[in-house]
Amino acid sequence: MNARIKFSKTGAIRYIGHLDLMRCFQKALRRSAFPIAFTAGYSPHMVMSFAAPLGVGLISQGEYLDIELSEPITPFEAISRLNSALPEEIRILSFRVLDDKEKSGMAEVAAADYRVSFYGTALPGIDIEKSFLAFLAQPSIVIEKETKRSSKVVDIKPMILEGKAEGRDLFLKVLQGSRQNLNPALVAKAFFEFLKAPYDRYSFLLERVELYKNEGDEERPLLRPLDWSEE
Amino acid sequence: MRKTALNEKTLLNIEKPARYTGGEFNSVMKDKERIAVRFAMCFPDVYEIGMSHLGIQILYHMFNQMEDVWCERVYSPWPDLDRIMREESIPLFALESQDPIRDFDFLGVTLQYEMCYTNILQILDLGGIPILQADRSDSDPIVIGGGPCAYNPEPIADFFDIFYIGEGETVYGELLRLYKEERHGNYSRAAFLRKAAKIPGIYVPSLYNVIYNEDGTIQSFTPMEEDIPAQIQKQVVMDLTSAPYPDRPIVPYIRATQDRAVLEIQRGCIRGCRFCQAGMIYRPTRERDPKTLMDYAARLLENTGYEEITLSSLSSSDYRSLKELTEFLVDYCKDERVNISLPSLRIDAFSLDVMSRVQDIYRSSLTFAPEAGTQRMRDVINKGITEEDILNGCASAFGAGWNKVKLYFMMGLPTETEADILGIAELAEKVAEKYYEIPKENRHGKCAVTASASFFIPKPFTPFQWSRMITKEECDEKARSVSAAFREQLNRKSMKFQYHAPDVSVLEGVLARGDRKLSAVILAAYRHGSVFDAWTEFFDISNWNDAFAETGIDPGFYTRERNLDEILPWDFIDIGVTKDFMKKEWERAKLARITPNCREQCSGCGASRFGGGVCYEREN
Repeated sequence: MNARIKFSKTGAIRYIGHLDLMRCFQKALRRSAFPIAFTAGYSPHMVMSFAAPLGVGLISQGEYLDIELSEPITPFEAISRLNSALPEEIRILSFRVLDDKEKSGMAEVAAADYRVSFYGTALPGIDIEKSFLAFLAQPSIVIEKETKRSSKVVDIKPMILEGKAEGRDLFLKVLQGSRQNLNPALVAKAFFEFLKAPYDRYSFLLERVELYKNEGDEERPLLRPLDWSEE
Repeated sequence: MRKTALNEKTLLNIEKPARYTGGEFNSVMKDKERIAVRFAMCFPDVYEIGMSHLGIQILYHMFNQMEDVWCERVYSPWPDLDRIMREESIPLFALESQDPIRDFDFLGVTLQYEMCYTNILQILDLGGIPILQADRSDSDPIVIGGGPCAYNPEPIADFFDIFYIGEGETVYGELLRLYKEERHGNYSRAAFLRKAAKIPGIYVPSLYNVIYNEDGTIQSFTPMEEDIPAQIQKQVVMDLTSAPYPDRPIVPYIRATQDRAVLEIQRGCIRGCRFCQAGMIYRPTRERDPKTLMDYAARLLENTGYEEITLSSLSSSDYRSLKELTEFLVDYCKDERVNISLPSLRIDAFSLDVMSRVQDIYRSSLTFAPEAGTQRMRDVINKGITEEDILNGCASAFGAGWNKVKLYFMMGLPTETEADILGIAELAEKVAEKYYEIPKENRHGKCAVTASASFFIPKPFTPFQWSRMITKEECDEKARSVSAAFREQLNRKSMKFQYHAPDVSVLEGVLARGDRKLSAVILAAYRHGSVFDAWTEFFDISNWNDAFAETGIDPGFYTRERNLDEILPWDFIDIGVTKDFMKKEWERAKLARITPNCREQCSGCGASRFGGGVCYEREN
């Protein structure tokens, strides 16, 4: 029996990397005596997987962790037990037991929402709302993407599903997952280039807001949050 | 939201930013407006090392139980952050509040090894606290040192206001009470220090005068005022069971070197190895009650979520309730899917049985510490272990399925001959042969015998404190002979020999038995860029050579053999074990005569004066 946990990660814990976050959850699960299943073998470990690792420095309102349960537990019990065993900067937002036929979060994730919040001093004298509309209205958004050995030119526009700006915040819906994945920092970088402003990675805060699965098909996608179910 | 002293740009451009952001599970936050004393507890090395240290967790827990005290932590910034902090003038801060440590009342530094001395200067320097205690004003924190190296605090005397001699659980309450009283009136640092110097175990180096003879040895070491004690008494916790113990230790986010729950089962060691400082300064041996430990074990695991628990002591096999305790742990941990690690166990039928139940035999290695290659040499150092013990232990371990063995040795011991060090290779060969004596079908591939040798460093408060330390050239020579001898052994392909760096060993020897004159050398080495000397990749002997040259100090003066009647820099400390006892032991060593351990027969070392522990076991 598998369950999906949705959680937030905010504050200074955003400087903890993915592997350390996993260790943090393993310890919290032990502290709360959570009914989680272990693998067999000489050194058993907890059966758990994160839908999409979050980069160091990002905060999030939409992280997902799938675990295998060793015994049933109610969502209320699960959430309150985990929250009291976790650091305050991680909060459990929802808990849902999965149907047997549901795929893992990692396999399902197709898109993500991000918020890019510019700090007060960033991009002086620029109307961010208007500029971002113009930026998105370009026929293509070409960036140079650096790989390990070389760099290649990519048009990222098809990977931006939606975009809007409110005040000094940008909202982006982008492709996320193993097939196609767009790093939101690249969008911010392209925006700086469009504005002919020097790129400063530290002039904005990146927040993941939600992760989605595709309940439709390739032609007519129907994006639903990873914890959505028909009930 | 918790603030961070470092900005996002800095945090995202350094290695492991979580070393500096705090907020770990079980770390303690308090309202600083309602706090009388702010204490910054420092382990002067990188976070992962410092977070592995039990002593700090004990004191952190003890201080934070006091309602009006807030104890926070600070560790050495790694060189990547060190550079940024200097460039941008960021003052060093404590992890919990992220406030600068210069605003604290106390900076406590644990002194675990000599090679961290330059790191202490880095902490003070980045913290914006004057490096020399003479330059500090009433608004600077009181800098206090404690831990094993405080048993010879003289080389770092110029940097500290106070040294705490002994175990931290005893007089800190009194010291902080005095501080609060002084703070209520017209506070003066000098007046506080003068009063503090009268608390047992508290040593204020600036209140003592050292006069030297022409040859550089000490002529007199005396307090400047009549009512300041001439001798400092080591403080010990006699009832270990009811001493404070951290049942909610801080759980780091990043993997610490010691990433597990720690159960301290006893303090002290009954063995009396003549090179071992811990074996003398922690006398008398005191045990914690096993029932209390079982309760701690369960609470520690519940409160931390660790998946491993380990026992801490100098010699676990000498803990009398070891069987009872390990049986409990094996049962408890199996249910909870927790691993047990059992260090410092003598290898015998019992320990092999326990270990085979809790460890993955094929992946783990067994460790023996023969310390010397021949029986004569082991008798000199009073290592109560025979070649037969070692070979039988290895044979049983190989029979039980182990095939990796680590052997620890020392080179450069007093009275050592060529035969003694070649004995290291010969003993390793005999161990390997034991493996190939077991039937082929029971073996698991080749065996791996790794012999590691360090160079013997005479330490204060050991029977070998008068011994000379060998030179770097002698170290090199000995390492060469032993390496060559390993290459000649029959089973050389199953054997490996490695040894410590001679340069750093000799320097540690200088600092360990140094006097006050060395403060100038340490400061000069730091000014030349030395920091993280305990890390091979950062240690640079040339800084130290320059520092000795500039200050006109001869390191050879400190590694020489000492006269039995000369005043040693640490003689003003009374550890309970008498100098007479150590002299007797030094004489017996030269005759290769062994001394029985505390449980076999009392040798009258002096520690019975503390009125408890192993000295009175027979009476209870």
